[in-house]
Amino acid sequence: MAVPTYATPLERAWHYAYLVLCGMIFFFLIAPIVVIIPLSFNAEPYFTFTDQMLEFDADGYSMRWYDSLLTFGMAAPDGVRDASWWADAWANAKWVKAAKNSIIIGFFATILATCLGTLAALGLSRPEMPFRRAIMATLISPMIVPLIITATGMFFFYSNPCELLGLVGLPTDCGRLAGTYLGVILAHATLGIPFVIITVTATLVGFDQSLNRAAASLGANPRTTFFRITMPLILPGVISGALFAFVTSFDEVVAVLFIAGPDQQTIPRQMWNGIREQISPAILAVATLLVIFSIALLTTVELLRRRSERIRGITPH
Amino acid sequence: MKTVLILSTAIATLGTAALAEGEVNVVSWGGAYEMSQVEAYNKPFAEQTGITVNMIAADNPATPLKVQVEAGNVTGDVFDVEVSDAIRLCDEGALVEIDPAMLPAAPDGTPAAEDFLDGALLDCAVANIFWGTVIAFDKTKFEGAAPSTAADFFDLETFPGKRGLPKNPKRTLYLALIADGVPADQIYDKLGSAEGVQQAFAKLDSIKNDVVWWEAGAQPVQLLADGEVTMATGYNGRFFDAMVAEGKPFEIIWDGQYMDLDMFVIPKGAPNPEAAMEYLKFATDTQRLADQAKYIAYGPARKSSAALVGLYQDGTTEMAPHMPTNPDHMESAVMDDPEFWADHDAELTERFNSWLASS
Amino acid sequence: MAQALDPHAAIVTTASGAEDGKLTTADGKPLAWALKRSQLKAKRRAFLLVLPLLAFILITFVIPIGQMLQRSFYNDGFSANMPQISQWFAENERGTPPDEAAWTALANDLIASAEDRSIGVVGTRINYDVPGTRSLFTSTGRKVRRGIEPPYREALLEIDEEWGDSRLWSAMRNAATPVTANFYLASVDRTRTDDGSIQQVDERQRVYVMLFMRTFWLSLLITALTFVLGFPVAHLLATLPMRKSNLLMILVLLPFWTSLLVRTTSWMVLLQQQGVINDILVWLGVIGGGQRLQMIYNQTGTIIAMTHILLPFMILPLYSVMRTINPSYVRAARSLGATSWTAFRRIYFPQTLPGLGAGALLVFILAVGYYITPALVGGSSGQLISNMIAMHMTDTLNWSMAAALAALLLASVLILYWLYDRMVGIDNLKLG
Repeated sequence: MAVPTYATPLERAWHYAYLVLCGMIFFFLIAPIVVIIPLSFNAEPYFTFTDQMLEFDADGYSMRWYDSLLTFGMAAPDGVRDASWWADAWANAKWVKAAKNSIIIGFFATILATCLGTLAALGLSRPEMPFRRAIMATLISPMIVPLIITATGMFFFYSNPCELLGLVGLPTDCGRLAGTYLGVILAHATLGIPFVIITVTATLVGFDQSLNRAAASLGANPRTTFFRITMPLILPGVISGALFAFVTSFDEVVAVLFIAGPDQQTIPRQMWNGIREQISPAILAVATLLVIFSIALLTTVELLRRRSERIRGITPH
Repeated sequence: MKTVLILSTAIATLGTAALAEGEVNVVSWGGAYEMSQVEAYNKPFAEQTGITVNMIAADNPATPLKVQVEAGNVTGDVFDVEVSDAIRLCDEGALVEIDPAMLPAAPDGTPAAEDFLDGALLDCAVANIFWGTVIAFDKTKFEGAAPSTAADFFDLETFPGKRGLPKNPKRTLYLALIADGVPADQIYDKLGSAEGVQQAFAKLDSIKNDVVWWEAGAQPVQLLADGEVTMATGYNGRFFDAMVAEGKPFEIIWDGQYMDLDMFVIPKGAPNPEAAMEYLKFATDTQRLADQAKYIAYGPARKSSAALVGLYQDGTTEMAPHMPTNPDHMESAVMDDPEFWADHDAELTERFNSWLASS
Repeated sequence: MAQALDPHAAIVTTASGAEDGKLTTADGKPLAWALKRSQLKAKRRAFLLVLPLLAFILITFVIPIGQMLQRSFYNDGFSANMPQISQWFAENERGTPPDEAAWTALANDLIASAEDRSIGVVGTRINYDVPGTRSLFTSTGRKVRRGIEPPYREALLEIDEEWGDSRLWSAMRNAATPVTANFYLASVDRTRTDDGSIQQVDERQRVYVMLFMRTFWLSLLITALTFVLGFPVAHLLATLPMRKSNLLMILVLLPFWTSLLVRTTSWMVLLQQQGVINDILVWLGVIGGGQRLQMIYNQTGTIIAMTHILLPFMILPLYSVMRTINPSYVRAARSLGATSWTAFRRIYFPQTLPGLGAGALLVFILAVGYYITPALVGGSSGQLISNMIAMHMTDTLNWSMAAALAALLLASVLILYWLYDRMVGIDNLKLG
């Protein structure tokens, strides 16, 4: 954005002040995320820069907190780092367990949310859809309702999911969902669904319905039309929705606090423990890894968006 | 279709992956305390019985226990709770009753019922340790005279700096009264009256703007170590750990310590009741309780354990002077009164929250 | 909304096929009928696509919340465990002094509930209304288990004379029916007196109204702050060339995609007294080493961290609206003699209002329900109503109270949500 040629000196001054202001706001946005990265290499168990670190003395830095992510919770953390040591870390280290849980739960929750969400988005973008607004509002509501309310509600329900069957005289005992992987997956899928709906319907706004008609008129049945025509076109939206759903699950702690049992401790849950229980730069090491992870995801989304615009024929202006 | 089938099977297996036999889930307080239990109880227990022990940390294990029992959704087997919670939960029918005859006798043959200290055996609970809430301060922060009494905690003039206090009425109101000169044995009479409560809050008002509130046991240690506060109250074992194991320049003030018992309880509907009972018996025997003192400065609940308590795991620190049960530390100690708190906890918590929230 | 024709079904015949003046399809059916039918079919098909998800959301989300809210007005802790005395209350009007039948019913209930260990639950329920009575129930329970002889009035009064207290009887009467509005009263700092009228609770016990006010006030403040910070950035992003703005967009999206706990942790690192910001200020000599600022564990911490966390939710909708604003309007205004300020105020700003409305409502709604950040950096003065809900859920275990507070919070969020839908349209929500 250049200053127009007819700008007065005052306007020019204002324009540069404005650019400085924006720079400061960007700094505000990004500084908290950048600052944790050097601190995660702190040799001391503190959250502050030591003198050694400020003098760029190599002794002020270490990988010990990254190491502790592997050793914390291991049966024999001090042994020689051979195959059995790694096997121990893989099986017992708390952060490794948490990472495995986060990935398993995130994966299944994403699949569930994406499948159901994409189907519904297809229905919602049909012009014939009845009660469109009301249904859309209901489906988006998990994003709007405060998490604490959602989590407490789910906690009671998942503790005894069949309680309501008693009203119609059916047996009310059918096990429980709280404290199982399935329960956490269902909860996270619910929370991820609004994101899938939003991104996929946004993609479908630019979708040319006549392509479907063309396919049908050429003899394709609805299934073929969907998989050969619709799906490839909306795929970028679906994937970016899926990524949102995955990140939602990967970052979610309130529902996990209420619903998960001892076996389903995820990374955020372990971080929550860490922040409240034993504050050490190990948290910052995890945070740094997560920042790198989100940069990777962000890049994926950006590439997908470009692809989506290219194939839908919308060029950036 | 095949993939759908595989997926649904996978999800179904995930859902039913129940807790296998040969496992016991113990919910405890985390931090240095949890480590001491892992070393003294869990490792030898796993070695002898082959039962895996899963340790789960909670800010206060009574909370998940109550939640799990009331919701009919118990995932923990053994919980480490305070006396007042043990009694309350027992009254509400949430706990399995424990017959003292089932517990192992002392090495000299004294039955468990006589070996445990007074108050350490309840209908549904067995105590493992005595612990104290004490004041600790950072020696490097005060030039000249060091603080030595509960009153000094409230003296911001002489001993400047922030204070760390737990965010609950139970372990704050008594301290305010002690600092105000109320003798330890009159604390509950005072707290039972409107004037006494008023007096306590008035005293807390004098430092309110300089308090950092903590909620989990590791936080006061961290606050002191980070220099966020110059004095904090916290659990004596955690401070001991920071002082001896990590060499932090802290010192403990034993004046006005609040003594409590930690008890093992088993909830009704625990997923592994037999393993839970095995664990409870194992962990509260004479040797195990004495062993725990090797890792943390809490007093064992059995008389027969006292003689076995020796040195800290570093091999040089004598444990006796660091025990909350040391007679020198007991002079102005306030014992926890479970009955009082069962009645007044809700009311005082509400009052406390209202006081906290009003600025 | 315009109804589109289904291209497969309605193939309109020529005008000659309409002998009686009505249009028909090729197979002779009336066109209006065929159209309606095909539309119905299309409607059903569209609905079937949405149905699985709708059912899923109903089961995993709507029902659980409804079930939880039921607790806010339904608590059978007393009535279920004390059936006889509850029956007596039902049969006798308020104000009836307890007769021997009442005392007998009470004693029988106490014995029974002491036997099956539910006396603690009963005591807890009454303790909500009359603090300090929990142990009356549990200790009486222990004594009556050993046996109790009629006349029960004298026997119970001998165990504890508090049994004669009219406040206690009034509380038991209130608890004798499981349906109650008392928890809603309590969540607006009101209580019922002995004669059933409603009054404010003691000044020192009032907390919820103040917390609701604080939650709304802080959310408003945070919304305003995100607007002040978000507007210039969104404007810059919208007016820069695409290549540059995409690069800068990463600075907005990276925080948006980074874990909430990571961001909260980094604010703890930055804001604490021995933290980075205080270090820098001391190093620069702005403040002395002894006057480090308290920026965390209070409202300041909550406001700073939440503004940062919610800022992208303001920037993204503003940006997407600003991108579509044609710059020639502003140029036209300038060429007609408007100053740059007038052009901005009269021409540019009004066009950004839809984005502003979307962003502001979204930020406000999210802020009202925030839990994690205030819990970690809020200290005592930065706690919001959601922290109280969590406290009642997990510490005091007064679930009915938690549900009542949640219901009030939910109601206010849903009103805002409805407004959002009316003003912006829920389908205009965009993310990145």
